Amino acid sequence: MSNNSMILSSRRAFLGATGKTLSATALAMVVGSNIKTAAAADASQDIEILNAAIALEHEGIAAYQIAATSGLLDPAVVDIGVTFQGHHKGHRDVLVKAVETLGGKPAEEKSLGAYAADLKASSLKNQVDVLRLALDLERGAANAYLGLIPSLGPDYHQVAAQMAGDEAFHAAILANALGQPIPKAALMFG
Amino acid sequence: MKKLSNVILCFSVVLISSSVVAKDSVNSSGREITQVTSQGDSVPPYAVSEQLVVKGEELYKRRCGGCHSLDNNRIGPRHRDVYGRKAGTVADYKYSKALRNLDVIWTDQTLDEWLVNPTAFAKGTSMGFRLKKADERHAIIEYLKFLSSASSANAQ
Repeated sequence: MSNNSMILSSRRAFLGATGKTLSATALAMVVGSNIKTAAAADASQDIEILNAAIALEHEGIAAYQIAATSGLLDPAVVDIGVTFQGHHKGHRDVLVKAVETLGGKPAEEKSLGAYAADLKASSLKNQVDVLRLALDLERGAANAYLGLIPSLGPDYHQVAAQMAGDEAFHAAILANALGQPIPKAALMFG
Repeated sequence: MKKLSNVILCFSVVLISSSVVAKDSVNSSGREITQVTSQGDSVPPYAVSEQLVVKGEELYKRRCGGCHSLDNNRIGPRHRDVYGRKAGTVADYKYSKALRNLDVIWTDQTLDEWLVNPTAFAKGTSMGFRLKKADERHAIIEYLKFLSSASSANAQ
C-alpha cells in the first residue's frame, strides 16, 4: 500500500467514524428532544386530569359542608359526614401537591353557594335526601377515579386507586345507612 | 324510573303525532324498539330504544354522575342536549383548550370514540374517565340521544 492510499484509507476511516459519532449524537439529541416533548405533554395531560380530580374533591368537601349545616341531619350523622369530609380534604391536599410538583396551577374551589346551586341543595328536604345525594356523589367519585386511572401517568395510578377505595368505603357506609341491599354481583365499581 | 317511562311515553306520542313515520318492531336481540324515520341521525328526532334509554339513565348516574349533571355545569359541563351539539360549546363552562379547539359534533360515533379514550380523542382534555364496556357506552349514548330528541320535540 502506498503512502497516498494509506492516507485516503485513514481519512475514510476517520470520516466514517466521525459520521457514525455524529449520527449517534444527532439521534440521541432527536430522541432526547422527543422524550422531553413527550414527557412535557404527559405532564400537561396529567395536570388537566388531576385538576379535574381536585375539582371533584372541592365539590365533595362543599357537599358535606352544606349537609352538615343543613339542619336536616342527626348529630351522629353529622359526625360521620365531617369525618368523610376530612378524607376529601386529604385527597385534595395530595392532588394539589401533585399538580404543583408537575408545574401546574391547582384548580380553585367555587363558592359554597355555587356548589349548593350545582347540586340542587334546595331540593333536599330530609336526612334521607341528603344521604341519597351523598351516596350518588361518592359512588360516582369511586367510578370516576377508577375510570381515569388508564389515562393518568403511572406515577399517579396508585394514589387514584387509593382515592377510589376511600370513595367506595364512603359509598358502602351510606348505602348501608339507607338500608340498601348488598350488591350480589362482584366488581361493583369501575 | 316510572317518571322516565312516562316521559318516554309522552315523547313517543309526540313522535307519532309529528310528521315523521314511526313504527314498532323487534330487533335481533328480541328487544322492542321504536324506529323513527327522520332525516338521518344528524337531525332530531333520533331513533331511540326505550329499554336502552332506561338502562342508560341508570348507568349515566353511576358512571357519569360523579362529575356531570344534565342541567348544571359541575366538574364537567351539563349534558342535556349534548347529542347533536358541537363539542366545547356549553355556555358558562370553562373548557380545556383541547375541547375548545375540537371541531366535532357529538353523535353516536364521536361520543363512543370519546368515551373509549377521551385523551386520545382530544389530547389535553381534563376528562380522563374511560368507559370500557361497549354496551354501557351504547346505553348511555342512547339516553343522551333521547334527551336531545325530547328537547327538540318540546321546542316544536
